[in-house]
Amino acid sequence: MAEINQGVRETVNSQAAQAFYRTLSQAAISALAPIAAVLVALAFGALLLWLNGFNGSDVVTVMVFGSFQDMRSVGEILLKATPLILIGAGLCVAFRCSIWNIGAEGQLYVGAIAATLVGTSIDGLSVWVHAPLVMLAGALAGAAWAGIAGYLKVRFQASEIVTTIMLNYIALILTSYLVTGPMRDASAAYPQSARLVREAWTPRLVSDLRLHIGILVAVVLAVALYIFLRRSSRGFALRVVGLNPHAARYAGMNVARNVMIAMCISGAMAGLAGAFEVAGVTRRLYQNISPGYGFEGIAVALLAGNNPLAAILSGGLFATLRSGSEVLQITSQVPQVLVLVIQGIVILSVVAFAKLRDILRTVA
Amino acid sequence: MDDMISLTFLATLVGAAWRLATPLIFASIGEVFSERAGVLNIGLEGTMLVGAFCGFAAAAATGNIPLGLLAGIAGGMLFGLVFAFFTISIKADQIVVGAALNLLGMGLTAFLFRTYYVSTGKGIEIAQPVHIPWLSDLPFLGEAFFRQNLIVYSTVLVAILAALVLYRTSFGLTLRSVGEHPKAVDVSGRSVVGYRYAAVLVGTGLAGLGGAFLTLGHSNQFVEGITSGRGFIALAVVVFARWSPIGAFFVSLLFGLFYALQLMLQAQASIVVPYQVLQALPYIMTIVTLVAFRGKGAAPSKLGQPYEMR
Repeated sequence: MAEINQGVRETVNSQAAQAFYRTLSQAAISALAPIAAVLVALAFGALLLWLNGFNGSDVVTVMVFGSFQDMRSVGEILLKATPLILIGAGLCVAFRCSIWNIGAEGQLYVGAIAATLVGTSIDGLSVWVHAPLVMLAGALAGAAWAGIAGYLKVRFQASEIVTTIMLNYIALILTSYLVTGPMRDASAAYPQSARLVREAWTPRLVSDLRLHIGILVAVVLAVALYIFLRRSSRGFALRVVGLNPHAARYAGMNVARNVMIAMCISGAMAGLAGAFEVAGVTRRLYQNISPGYGFEGIAVALLAGNNPLAAILSGGLFATLRSGSEVLQITSQVPQVLVLVIQGIVILSVVAFAKLRDILRTVA
Repeated sequence: MDDMISLTFLATLVGAAWRLATPLIFASIGEVFSERAGVLNIGLEGTMLVGAFCGFAAAAATGNIPLGLLAGIAGGMLFGLVFAFFTISIKADQIVVGAALNLLGMGLTAFLFRTYYVSTGKGIEIAQPVHIPWLSDLPFLGEAFFRQNLIVYSTVLVAILAALVLYRTSFGLTLRSVGEHPKAVDVSGRSVVGYRYAAVLVGTGLAGLGGAFLTLGHSNQFVEGITSGRGFIALAVVVFARWSPIGAFFVSLLFGLFYALQLMLQAQASIVVPYQVLQALPYIMTIVTLVAFRGKGAAPSKLGQPYEMR
């Protein structure tokens, strides 16, 4: 009897150990895959530089580490990380629901427009009211703009990939119309809106840096979205709809409502990012307030494995590369668009390593 | 007298519409092949950019337009090979890979353009309109249809050829089956993977040609993002055209008309609407088109799904 017990205990122990080992190795692989993907992309970037007569090692020395010089440059990285984390974390929610929102760029612009309207047309409010109001306006406008594509998808089965991209162009053209027409500051030579009133500005984190509280909001919201996806029943429903809409419908879930919610959450995050760009950085609306944060956010979300918590890290990484690419352009005349190439390769490598991981799992 | 003016306007409009539709015709007919085989390539925009850049670079180096067009096709197909490898061989998500290739296409072409060409600012010789005896001199029709360059004329040929291949050859039949019942093709001993590669290569080759037209037959310069969303609009054209090559030809013409209207109305001083409204027209019409002509029933049943052999 005792021997049998002993045997059972050993089996259980070894099973537990195996399970533990398996979880550990899977976690290690899960963490290693994105790191490997980034390394592959950087290597590709170095190769591209070298082939075109630039210095390949600049990718590491300048692009990755070059922008960590002082407090100010770190502040600039975090400033760029703010929209990337917001958009990336929001897109994680959409992508988990299998909603391909490619329209974060347009949602950002519409958020910026709404923030500018609220920030320029109202005066005399306290900063405690006006600054949050501007953020809220941006988020709502972004959600509404994304909601158009969401509605067209659930009502008419119009592909959200195409509609969100078309809405990007329309939002950009709308911005161009507004800053050259009705919202133009007539006294300025360059097409731009009037300046937001001081109370509407996003408060700065440190008085002599441009960095504002948006970075804290971004991190808090990313954590909140992580908890929402993992722990709430709504988040669960979103993920089920993403995995299998038929099963979700069979289980009594409202697919259309979940699609709308996923779309609007990602749109609100992008709209908020737009509000922060206007109220926290430029103080005015311009035609080109975003250097493509909306598209970069896609790479942020995919590198994070559609996990909003990991989007904080991948957003920080992409912000670092973007800052570094600016330094690289100044010091070695390397075209800054190199970051787009690196983003593309990161996505492809993430995909390739995910497949490799699946193969390793089935073999093991 | 007034009628005469509007008639010339109309003739110029139709002529411009066909010219502006040309990149869309190539790209959307190519995408019909790809989607008929079950592969949705949203990386079309990046592929067209690569075609536009390769065509420009080759023509700038050699001064030879046909060579430029070939380079555009080759560049598109090379890009298509990457897409096919990831989506067909590795079975990765087609949308994710397509999004990556759009970033890559935008980034690579802009990087190389800024490195090698932007400072020179030199344009290239582009394809000139071909004057067809008698036909080009016809009153209205001449201006509208017979004063185009050879690339524009070739769209008719490509559309007819595409339809013949797709509906009248065994290659076309098998290709369509791959998008509907890949298992049946597999069981009959033909390679699903091979046909999907072929379809993607046809699609991206034509997308590359469409891009190359922009630099070799339309503008004489490469500009970053010169495709300005045409790759995405081509995706909507395919849906509107119900996955038919001839349909794609005519729907593209309709979009060409939106582009032409936008350009010609912008030039009219008397127009009161802000030019941005006209600028947004092709994009708004794309959404309207998707909503109004949703043809779910006509879509290949395995569109977007990797094929798992069992």
